[in-house]
Amino acid sequence: MEPNYLEYKGKYKGIFAWIFSTDHKRIGLLYLYAVGAFFCVGALLGLLMKLELIAPDKTIMEAQVYNSVFTLHGITMIFLVVIPGLPAVFGNFLLPIMIGAKDVAFPKLNLLSWWVYVFGALLALSSQFMGSGPPDTGWTFYAPYSFQTQSNVLPAVMGAFVLGFSSILTGLNFIVTMHRMRAPGMGWFRMPLFPWTLYATAWIQLLATPIVGITLLMIVAERTLGIGFFDPAKGGDPILYQHLFWIYSHPAVYIMILPAMGAISEILPTFSKKPIFGYKALVFSSLAIALVGYFVWGHHMFTAGMSGTALYAFSFLTFLVAIPSAIKVFNWVSTLYKASIDMQTPFYWATSFIFVFMIGGFSGLVLGALATNVHVHDTAFVVAHFHFIVFGGVGYAFFGAIHYWFPKIWGRMYDVKWANFGWLTFFIGYLALYGPMFYLGLVGMPRRYFDYLPEYHGPNILSSLGAIVMIGGLAIIITNLIISSRRGETAKANPWGGSTLEWTVPSPPPLENFEEIPVVDKNPYEYK
Amino acid sequence: MSQDEHKHVVSYKTYTIILINLLILTAISVAVTEIELGPLTVFMAVFLASVKSALVLIYFMHLKFDNAMYKIMVGLVLVVFVIVMVITFLDYNFR
Repeated sequence: MEPNYLEYKGKYKGIFAWIFSTDHKRIGLLYLYAVGAFFCVGALLGLLMKLELIAPDKTIMEAQVYNSVFTLHGITMIFLVVIPGLPAVFGNFLLPIMIGAKDVAFPKLNLLSWWVYVFGALLALSSQFMGSGPPDTGWTFYAPYSFQTQSNVLPAVMGAFVLGFSSILTGLNFIVTMHRMRAPGMGWFRMPLFPWTLYATAWIQLLATPIVGITLLMIVAERTLGIGFFDPAKGGDPILYQHLFWIYSHPAVYIMILPAMGAISEILPTFSKKPIFGYKALVFSSLAIALVGYFVWGHHMFTAGMSGTALYAFSFLTFLVAIPSAIKVFNWVSTLYKASIDMQTPFYWATSFIFVFMIGGFSGLVLGALATNVHVHDTAFVVAHFHFIVFGGVGYAFFGAIHYWFPKIWGRMYDVKWANFGWLTFFIGYLALYGPMFYLGLVGMPRRYFDYLPEYHGPNILSSLGAIVMIGGLAIIITNLIISSRRGETAKANPWGGSTLEWTVPSPPPLENFEEIPVVDKNPYEYK
Repeated sequence: MSQDEHKHVVSYKTYTIILINLLILTAISVAVTEIELGPLTVFMAVFLASVKSALVLIYFMHLKFDNAMYKIMVGLVLVVFVIVMVITFLDYNFR
């Protein structure tokens, strides 16, 4: 039996055995460590913002610093954490194993993707430390701010541009891997749901990312050459920027959320000991979300000055995308019906995911409706909504996934009591942090201001205290995982009784996953 | 993909003809900016760029000689692209 991937000795030693490894599992962990580090930075920046907002007027930072902090928080969390999050970490680690392959189709390209990611991340973060001060445009780089501000926008924009290549290469790799390398007997409809969501995601990565690439280059051209794409004084159109930006960045929301939904679709049947309800409906709803998700970008621009015709079209299309999302939720809940539920940490994360995702989804309908959107646009309501979707969706699924696949990845078990306590602390803090922001938005508190009127004070105190509790929960979760990865009890190959292929290989898996490529003769979720 | 498809080689003559056509279309897309087409200006630019892209896809990127799966995939992508363009112009044409 060949050694497991953690112990394997290759051509290089020490850290080089990792950063030059073409093994998909090591690359997955490289992404995990990078994404985890950036997540901690982003979370601390978020905490600083909430501390500033604990009282009106200046509390711990000036307005300009606050602008830079929310910009860096957004860039870090969106481009460095949630977009690569699940696909790059768990996709890399698990996709080949789950479809019965030894690696991805292009292992060297896979390693290049990670290097490009690191280079792009460093470039984006360098904007904080050189030139004329950190960027203050928000993560969206809206025109005209982005070409008029004196702050250091170019490295951040170029960083996002480079990061896009990493995303495209990963998407391409996954599509080819799934088309070409599924184990014998694994037809498309025998493929587990996590790979299916990676497939839908990969198409978005491949097709939508180039659009933001060219858009970011247009900002560079605007700032350096003064061409006037987005400058009305030169015949340009600032709304064109918003169209181009959101044509990518809305589908990007589905790059974030689809793999999260895939992870939930793996966790629920395992801990229900029951085949997932509506497998094909879940598959087609993933594809439908990916497809319809391309056509709804305009709901980010309802008050920007688009034509009435476009407003109606985008509002209608936005409501359409709620249908496949709801199909997923109904299927997850139906899976739990009359199931033999095993209450374990990943299950808590998965069910709390459904809870917060529903709140995020319903508040999305408030924003997708034209009339109510006018009332709450650019308020704290929007911030609450997208944190419920992006953090509530991707964050909960990520933590669910890491607690689910932890024994497989490290071959050890975490301390369940601390893991559950961390989840509970995090969950309480999370609701206290973002819940009040819905109310604050409805009563008119704008987003992206370091100050507010005295009548908004009470809910802001609750929100800031929630942030502190949530960060405490995060600290417990992360510490438990780090300690357990070194000193936890040895895990069995299949501690949860899962039925997909990754549970048939040892924990941690050997270098090339399978001694012999398995022949698949059953559906993915069949329990004895 | 079968071995036959791998072996297909496009002649220099075909490539040269396509190249000349691409250059002619580029010249046209520059020249056409001299004419005041009103709301059709963008349409014309997009149309000419689409024809050029199609030539590159079909000949330079070998789509014409690939199997049906790839043609379907590229076709679906084009459908998505067309819908995105149509929706975008729901804003520009009715603003």
